[in-house]
This record gives sequence, C-alpha cells and structure tokens, in this order.
Amino acid sequence: MPKTQTYTLNMGPQHPSTHGVLQLELELDGEQVVKAIPYMGYLHRGIEKLAESRTYTQFIPYTDRLDYVASMGNNLGYCQTVEKLIEIEIPERAEYLRIIMTELNRIASHLLFMSSLAIDLGATTGMIYGFRDRETVLDLFDMVCGARLTYNYIRIGGVADDIPPEFIPATQKFLGDFPKILEEYHNLLTGNEILYYRLKNTGIINGKQALEVGLTGPCLRASGVDYDIRKVESYGIYDRFDFAVPLGENGDNWDRYIVRMEEMVESSKIIAQAIAQLPEGPFMAKVPKVLKPPAGDVYHRIENPRGELGFYIVSDGTTKPYRTHVRRPSFINLQALDEVCKGLLIADVVAVLATLDPLMGEVDC
Amino acid sequence: MSSQILSSEAISKLQAQFPNSISMIGEGCQQALLIEDSKFLTIMGVLKNDAAYQFTMLSNLTAVDYLDHFEVVYHLYSLNLKHTVTIKARCPADKPAIWSVMSIWASANFQEREVYDLLGLEFVGHADLRRILLPEDFEGHPLRKEYKLSAQDERRRVELCLKPRHTP
Repeated sequence: MPKTQTYTLNMGPQHPSTHGVLQLELELDGEQVVKAIPYMGYLHRGIEKLAESRTYTQFIPYTDRLDYVASMGNNLGYCQTVEKLIEIEIPERAEYLRIIMTELNRIASHLLFMSSLAIDLGATTGMIYGFRDRETVLDLFDMVCGARLTYNYIRIGGVADDIPPEFIPATQKFLGDFPKILEEYHNLLTGNEILYYRLKNTGIINGKQALEVGLTGPCLRASGVDYDIRKVESYGIYDRFDFAVPLGENGDNWDRYIVRMEEMVESSKIIAQAIAQLPEGPFMAKVPKVLKPPAGDVYHRIENPRGELGFYIVSDGTTKPYRTHVRRPSFINLQALDEVCKGLLIADVVAVLATLDPLMGEVDC
Repeated sequence: MSSQILSSEAISKLQAQFPNSISMIGEGCQQALLIEDSKFLTIMGVLKNDAAYQFTMLSNLTAVDYLDHFEVVYHLYSLNLKHTVTIKARCPADKPAIWSVMSIWASANFQEREVYDLLGLEFVGHADLRRILLPEDFEGHPLRKEYKLSAQDERRRVELCLKPRHTP
C-alpha cells in the first residue's frame, strides 16, 4: 500500500476568485479539501480607530468603504444608530428615499454577486450581462448623489439631497425592464446545465450548522432559516411594505444563488411600493450643527445584502464617539468556510467563495 | 411583529436563579445585564439553553477600553422567542482576561480573536486565540486608548505636507 499524506496549498491573496485580498490555506488530500483556513487583514485600515478621532458626521464616508458595493446600507445602518442615540424623528420623505436607495443597492449588489459567480465558474457572458444592468442602477445613484460607489447620501437626520425630477421616471423604467432582464439571466444562467451541476449539492451547510457558525443574510436563509432583519426588527418603515423572504432548502451553492435571485424580485417590489407611496415634504430633519449625543451606548442592526450589519457606538457626551464597532456580516460569514469546504474539490472552493460572497473591504474593516 | 427586549419578568427570574451575580444597568434600548465573573459561563449557558430565554444567536461581540477596566459586550438574539438582550462583563485593566464563550456559541470564534487582536483581551478557553486582522509580529493593541496613532499627530503631518520638498 502506498502511504499518502495531506499537503497544504496557498490560495490568494492574489487570486481572481477571492474577490479581493483573501488568503486561504487549503489542506488537501489529493484534490479534496480537508481543512480551509482563511487569513485576512490585508485591507485592514483601522476604521474603528479612525472613528474615535472623527465627529459623528465625518464618519459617514468611512462607512462607504466597508461594504463598497452596498454603501447605501452601510450609510443607513450607521445613521440609524446615531439617530437611535440622539432620539430624533426622521421626515417621512427621507424614510421612503432611504428605502428606495437601499433596495436599489441590494439589487446592484446581488447583480454583482451573480456576475462574479458567473465569471468564477467560467461564464464570461453572464458577467457582462450582469454588469450591464448593474450600470443602470449605478447611473440612478449617480443622478441622486453624484457618485457611483461611495455615496455618502444617507445622513444623520435624513438624506443629503432631494431626488432630481428625472430620477423617478428612470427608476420606473428600470423596474419595468427588470422582469425581462431577470428572464434573460434565468435563460442564460439558471437554465444552464453546467452551472446547475457545478452548484447543486456542493458546499452544503444545514440550518443548524449555519446558525452555529454565525451565518446571516442570504447564506443563512438558503439553509432554510427564516431570519431577515427587515422583518424581525422592521427598522425604518419596513413594516409598511408587502414582501416575501425567499428561503432555500438544502443550503447548497445552488440555493444561495436562487435565494439572491429571488431577493432581487422582492426588492423591486418594495421599490415600486415605496415610489407609489412617496410623500412630499422635507428630506432632512432639524439636526444640530454640532452633534453631541448624550452619554450612553447603543447597538443597531440592519439587513445588508451580505447579512446582519450592526453598529455599536459608545458616546461619552462629546462631539466624537468614544468607541465605534462594526459587526460586519462578511467577516463573520467567513467562519462557515471551513465547514462548507470540507470534502470539496478545489474547483468547488471557488464556487463556495462566490456564493458566500465575502467582501474584503468589509471583512478587514 | 418587531423583536422585543427581554422582558423584566424573565430578567427577575434569572436574577432570582443567580442572586448577587446579575445587575441591571441602563434604560430603554440601552438596558444591559452586567454579569459577575464567578458564574459568567453558567449564566451564559442558561441564556442559550433554557426554554425561557433560548438565545441561540450571538449577534455581536465586542469590547470597550474604559481605562481602568475593559467591558466586553454581547448582543444576543433568540430566533424562536424574538427577543434580544445585551450582556456586559468587566475585567480590570491590569488583568485583561475573560472567559471565552466559544464553547456556548461557536460563532464567537472570529469576534473574540478580533477583540484579542485589537484590544489585547485574553479569552480563557478559546481554542485558537491568534491575531486575526494584524500581522503576527505587530506590537501593541490599536483599539486601546493608550495606543496613539502616529497619524493622530495630524497637524504635524499637515505641516510636513505643506513644507516645500525642495528649496533651491
């Protein structure tokens, strides 16, 4: 009998499918993964420390740089946390604009997920199509705040500016085209036999294990656990909208893909309802120029495209926070990597990384 | 239905079960339970497994440097009962060590490593306590208040930038 032994293979940080600078140490038995250890920190900027020397308002642009493909959600989470601390009422119009922007951003983020999944598995066409339509959403953001990625749009007390008159027609046109766009993706990707067999029954994690390792967001829902903070906490005005929470069954790569595709449909429903109900009025509450929240600490969480995004802020009554902590979903979701990758082939690790969808800007903070 | 903070009856029940170990601090959304060191892990275990609490999710774990002591903060959530609770535990600054909750919530792994890395708190009983964001040979713990950013000397840096680089 020949004697066999495992060996380690280093994957990343310069690897196209690690979506940034994630390093994986794979312990392999032949081509099968025995253990996958993630190493992060290549993009660590010390944002939590920087927050301590910035005022509350100055920190908003830094949140853009966490999950930089879903910056609206980061802005929203941070601003709502500060608003919880200073107990302020937000104008109705601002609430609706916030919902429209974060849900549009969810669509943009999931489109990027789909595109990167496609190219990681070798389907270049899928990537090009996804990026084409994500561009439409980014143009909408460009219209409202002049930026495509780092918006700094949602502010403490409301939003930075009112929407221009051409925004609503452009959004409605996008929403009108969206079912057709999705059908195109489904024909191109979902109905693709190669993609199906690459994703189905690989990278399985059941609901119990997923909870154990701290998965949240679409990855947890793909394992059949009904946990969506938009429903659980109904922060902002989410209780006014009618939308479903798509759930998976097996918790495999395929379910994580399908759940996100269905979430985009639900997001488009929310946006349509929000546009229909959008009231007139001010877009910014009266917020003191110099913000001095009362001493205390507060934790607030929202549902970002990648999972539960939480902010913990300790105020000492001065203009700068005493401590700011960000609970980043991508960071904690990476704990599932080892569990999910066990027994897979290296090629499937690429698929798992694409469907877990960690974003290094957020992992490293 | 939106989630609720753990009801005061449930808190009194827990306090009766562990007299003198749990005190309430804060009000409203800032309400938290401060747990004494001696029974910490037992109480955390009860919070997860007892049918009256069922805190199956460790939502967030972090720590704050208050100069004379460190405070570790846990935000728990129960999927079944839809309630939340904030738990706090303290340790003195000269002996920065606290029990690891990894045996109760495996998801504490990365978050405890992060706190260890950035604040230098030791989690007793953690299976794999290493730095996670900073390189292994990094000295110091940046999120401690005593750690000053060299860039915090920003004025000096700006002056340096404004200075002409080359004078003929």
